[in-house]
Amino acid sequence: MSALSLHKKIEENTGLLIFGILLVSSIGGLVQILPMLGHDAMEEATANTRVYSAVELTGRDIYIREGCSVCHSQQIRPLIAEVERYGPYSRAGEFVYDRPFLWGSKRTGPDLHRVGGKFSDDWHRIHLVDPRAVVETSIMPGYPWLAKRDAIQAGKASKKLRALSRLGHPYTEEEIASADADLEGLKEIDALIAYLQMLGTGLSEDVSI
Amino acid sequence: MSNENSNLYHDQIVLHLVQFAVVWAILAMTAGVYISAELVWPTIDFGQFWLSFGRLRPLHTNGIIFGFGVSALMATGFYSVQRTSHVPLFMPRLAWFCCYAWQLIVLLGGLSLLAGWTTSKEYAELEWPFDIAIAIVWVCFGVVFFGTIANRKIRPIYISNWFYGALIIVIAMLHIVNSLAIPVTIGKSYSLYAGAQDAVVQWWYGHNAVGFLLTGGFLGMMYYFLPKHAGRPIWSYRLSVVAFWAFTYSYIWAGPHHLHYSAIPEWVLSLAMVMSVILLAPSWATMINGIMTVSSASEKLKTDPALKFIVLSLAFYGLATFEGPMMAFPSVNVVSHFTDWTIGHVHSGALGWNAMITYGTFYYMVPRLVGGELYSVRLANIHFWMALAGTMLYIMAMWGAGVSQGLLWLSVDEIGELSFSFKDIMSSMAPFYGLRLIAGLIFLGGTMLMAYNLYKTIAGKSAIKVQVPAVDPAFGVSS
Ligand code: HEC
Ligand code: HEM
Repeated sequence: MSALSLHKKIEENTGLLIFGILLVSSIGGLVQILPMLGHDAMEEATANTRVYSAVELTGRDIYIREGCSVCHSQQIRPLIAEVERYGPYSRAGEFVYDRPFLWGSKRTGPDLHRVGGKFSDDWHRIHLVDPRAVVETSIMPGYPWLAKRDAIQAGKASKKLRALSRLGHPYTEEEIASADADLEGLKEIDALIAYLQMLGTGLSEDVSI
Repeated sequence: MSNENSNLYHDQIVLHLVQFAVVWAILAMTAGVYISAELVWPTIDFGQFWLSFGRLRPLHTNGIIFGFGVSALMATGFYSVQRTSHVPLFMPRLAWFCCYAWQLIVLLGGLSLLAGWTTSKEYAELEWPFDIAIAIVWVCFGVVFFGTIANRKIRPIYISNWFYGALIIVIAMLHIVNSLAIPVTIGKSYSLYAGAQDAVVQWWYGHNAVGFLLTGGFLGMMYYFLPKHAGRPIWSYRLSVVAFWAFTYSYIWAGPHHLHYSAIPEWVLSLAMVMSVILLAPSWATMINGIMTVSSASEKLKTDPALKFIVLSLAFYGLATFEGPMMAFPSVNVVSHFTDWTIGHVHSGALGWNAMITYGTFYYMVPRLVGGELYSVRLANIHFWMALAGTMLYIMAMWGAGVSQGLLWLSVDEIGELSFSFKDIMSSMAPFYGLRLIAGLIFLGGTMLMAYNLYKTIAGKSAIKVQVPAVDPAFGVSS
């Protein structure tokens, strides 16, 4: 059967057309994605990569909720200028507990993957509420409400840890049980800062680029 | 239903969907203009969480893509599938369900984004309750669409329907795979994939959602409305067949070009780059096919604003599908990635291609739906120039911003020290962001003119009753 007459069949049969589209469009995804999903990435975690504590996880979810990732990447490319500006480039093994990944696609603000430890908690507290109080020309929005809301309001941490442990994150029963109590007395901004301060600390100490 | 009724096209639903699309266009572009302004004056969120940039930006993208884009695709898909199949819609009540359920999803989904329910995955931000609702409505859309095709009275399935069909099938596949997650509360879930795996799945989705919705779906629009309006058959049917399959096959591979220089295996990135370049061929083949189709109708092109919009949109389609593969080269991507260049690229497609071809199609379709003339050709012509000016200014401003960001960030002196601080580069963006704001206002202004023009054209009328034509037995299905 010539290609043309085969095609005549497809273009006259709804079922064949549906099947053809499904077949042709799925090949690329199968080849690229299946091999990556095939192995257990958690085994490739870098030296100091660990699961997020209840407080850090709450902070991370606030980061997601506020859409910080639309302006900040967490993905340092292996280029001289980037390593110079931000620190050692990002390794896949540092992200194994990131659900979802937060690499971002736009740097309206600087990359944050190695921001952990770069500033004091107090600096963040002022900066997050009013960025222009510390960086005069900043175009980052202020987040005054984070300093007012209790961290507990950002969602039950024990339920979150439980869900993640079902996905294979190694939380202990004690960690899950004490998760809600860990948030006691904290504001949302405290949780967010705890998250920012642990960002990028997953490499072993002797890695410098 | 009486026999006579079953012989009429269902056009009232098309008219409704057009009206919804125009409303979402205005709302979502207003959000776009607002976030543009926030990058110039960062305090205009007035400390209100729901006006914050991080929440309004997804509202803009989702409102445009799912509100405006999908409503427009449903409208034009329903209009053209009936006319190319010579039958009324299959299960018209299900079609009405799709129409209203979809609008409800967009409305509530938009509010949920303002409330901070988000997965943060681009164009897949809506949380799991919406993901489920979207999947259900999408399947219904497929049933109506493919059911109509299966009932057709014309033997071959016309080319525009393949693109709408690919839109329905591929988006369903992408949406379901990418959205898999474990729910924690009603507004929060954790992705089934983590880290680098999540990144690859997400950009497989993100890239192809753009590919099969904003590119493929709108190509369906082009393949029906351009030949129809130009009064010429498509220049080369065979070319369109080849381009369709090449497009459907190669597009899927290109997603990881969003992840150059990241922690993704090298072979995935190289494949994606090669495929991105190959993609240029079917993209341009389609553009050439379109341009050749109108070239013999150039008289009409001078006077008819609808046709002008459609032809200009093809030019921007050509520009964006050329720029895309270039940006997939690592040496270009290293400069363009993470900068406003990407934003400019997105909007040369979004404004120049998606919005303009839809405008042209609406100017063509709405008067025919209500059985009248367009209220004002003059206003439509003014709109044309505003749309062109807004798009050009937007792209130029973002090229300026993006190329300077890219080069200045990477610039190091002889001893390897950074030449510029991030803050200085950020501060130098203000003029570009100002220009983009003006561009957005012009483009939005044009869209509002269209809304007024279409409103006056419809002016309380309903869709006229159009009889399904008798089928030439030479082309018909033997019954
Ligand atoms: C509109 C885009 C935008 C959004 C949204 C945004 N930022 Fe920023 N951010 C910036 C810009 C621009 C800078 C650089 C100027 C400055 O330091 O304020 C910055 C700087 C920062 C810095 C200092 C980084 C450094 O190395 O100097 C941190 C930390 C930060 N942002 C955290 C956040 C967090 C957390 C959120 C979400 C709650 C957020 N940002 C949301 C634009 C944004
Ligand atoms: C009045 C017209 C518009 C204006 C002023 C506008 C403005 C904006 C702004 C300011 C951003 C955020 C850029 C950033 O983060 O720096 C954005 C992003 C985006 N817009 Fe628009 N927009 C408009 C129309 C459209 C249309 C018609 C579409 C789609 C058909 C669209 C699709 C998008 C997408 C997909 C993004 C995300 C880009 C990315 O992440 O790379 N926009 N827009």
